[in-house]
Amino acid sequence: MSHTTIDPAIFAELKDTAGADFVADLVATFTDEEAPQMLAELRDALAAGSAERFRRAAHSLKSNAMTFGALPLGELARGLELGGLPADAAPVDALQAELARAADALRGLCRG
Amino acid sequence: MAESGSRLLVADDNKVNRLLLGRSLEQLGHRVAMAENGRVALEMLRRESFDLLLLDMEMPEMTGFEVLEQMVSDLHLRDLPVIVTSSLEGVAHVARCIELGADDYLPKPVNPVLLKARIGSSLEKKRLRDQQKELVKRFATSEVAQDLQQSGFALGGKRIEGTVMFCDIRGFTSITEQQSAEETIELLNTFYTLMFDAITGAGGVVNQMVGDGLMSIFGAPLPLADPCGSAVRAAREMIELIEMLNVERQAGGKAALAIGIGIATGSMIAGYTGTHTRATYTCIGDAVNLAARLEAHTKDAGRPILVDGATAAALGDRATLEALGEVQLKGKAAPVAVFAVPTA
Repeated sequence: MSHTTIDPAIFAELKDTAGADFVADLVATFTDEEAPQMLAELRDALAAGSAERFRRAAHSLKSNAMTFGALPLGELARGLELGGLPADAAPVDALQAELARAADALRGLCRG
Repeated sequence: MAESGSRLLVADDNKVNRLLLGRSLEQLGHRVAMAENGRVALEMLRRESFDLLLLDMEMPEMTGFEVLEQMVSDLHLRDLPVIVTSSLEGVAHVARCIELGADDYLPKPVNPVLLKARIGSSLEKKRLRDQQKELVKRFATSEVAQDLQQSGFALGGKRIEGTVMFCDIRGFTSITEQQSAEETIELLNTFYTLMFDAITGAGGVVNQMVGDGLMSIFGAPLPLADPCGSAVRAAREMIELIEMLNVERQAGGKAALAIGIGIATGSMIAGYTGTHTRATYTCIGDAVNLAARLEAHTKDAGRPILVDGATAAALGDRATLEALGEVQLKGKAAPVAVFAVPTA
């Protein structure tokens, strides 16, 4: 493994500057509301063949992943943002798996 | 903190980004409002007053680029500082934001230290710009300020048809000798307040104040439908206001004021004269000279408002003027027709 799921330094800095309680709420907003919507949008856009919607959803997910220090997730999302519509859903499946790992790790970090 | 209490708008369609940016700004002591896309942001900017906009580029309904384009062509929004916050890939996007008038660009995730510095600098720039606008308003006139803001500053003028008015207080020197300097300043302030009110209310622009006198222009820098009528209307109101002031002054045991007003109409050059560092908006032409001479002649004529032939002709039968015949005015080669405007 080249990266940890969440870069501990980035997440610690976020907590320091914004406050632990605020970050816990922000993580919940991301993992429970926003990320599932973005993932659904990626799948819908792929099914509809809309490269622009696909790119936007990937862009948004990348942006949030980087904020929380979820660098592997961010890299996957960035690949989708810049790569155009994929031939099949495999890259989206891979992203979903990484998102689940990141969400678990983030929840764990908020409790810890 | 210098920037404390500033009101900022965050426009970002991504909720996590919006919340986090809002939090950082509140921690810096600012008040924050949020918009979830460009269209909503623009509506809020037009409805409410903000000191700075933090703008995401990639948004549904209206992108940040479109917001910037709309702001540039909006007189009320084009000076509002904008900091673009985006994770768009590629330097071309950044360049386009700056070209469209954005003050600065912050890549996401936004670094809080950079954020603080950029916001502080943008707000300071806005404060200086606002201060400059206030100064221009105080020392020019709002019409000149608007003209400057829209067309920029350039020495030189353009030929216009307009009406010029000179006004001053009769026997002002002897009044000043009877009272303290403080009282004189107060009297001048009252005098100018009343005269400005009458002149600007009629559509004129006061462009010079010298001692107890002033010069105003009707028809420049912005054109007026009826410069002669407006000038005469202003003159009559000025006389009425002075009479009201005199009732008050005499009740307080002070000497009554008398003013003289000269009005002339014609072709003139209006524009900025001076140097690039210090200039004044003024008009130059025969009519300007004539108006000054007519004002001086009010004393001899024993009439408070005198106008020239061109003004009388333009007024037509809208006013019953008293023809005073041809008068040889100082500095004029030939005698000129002079008319008195009746006062109530």
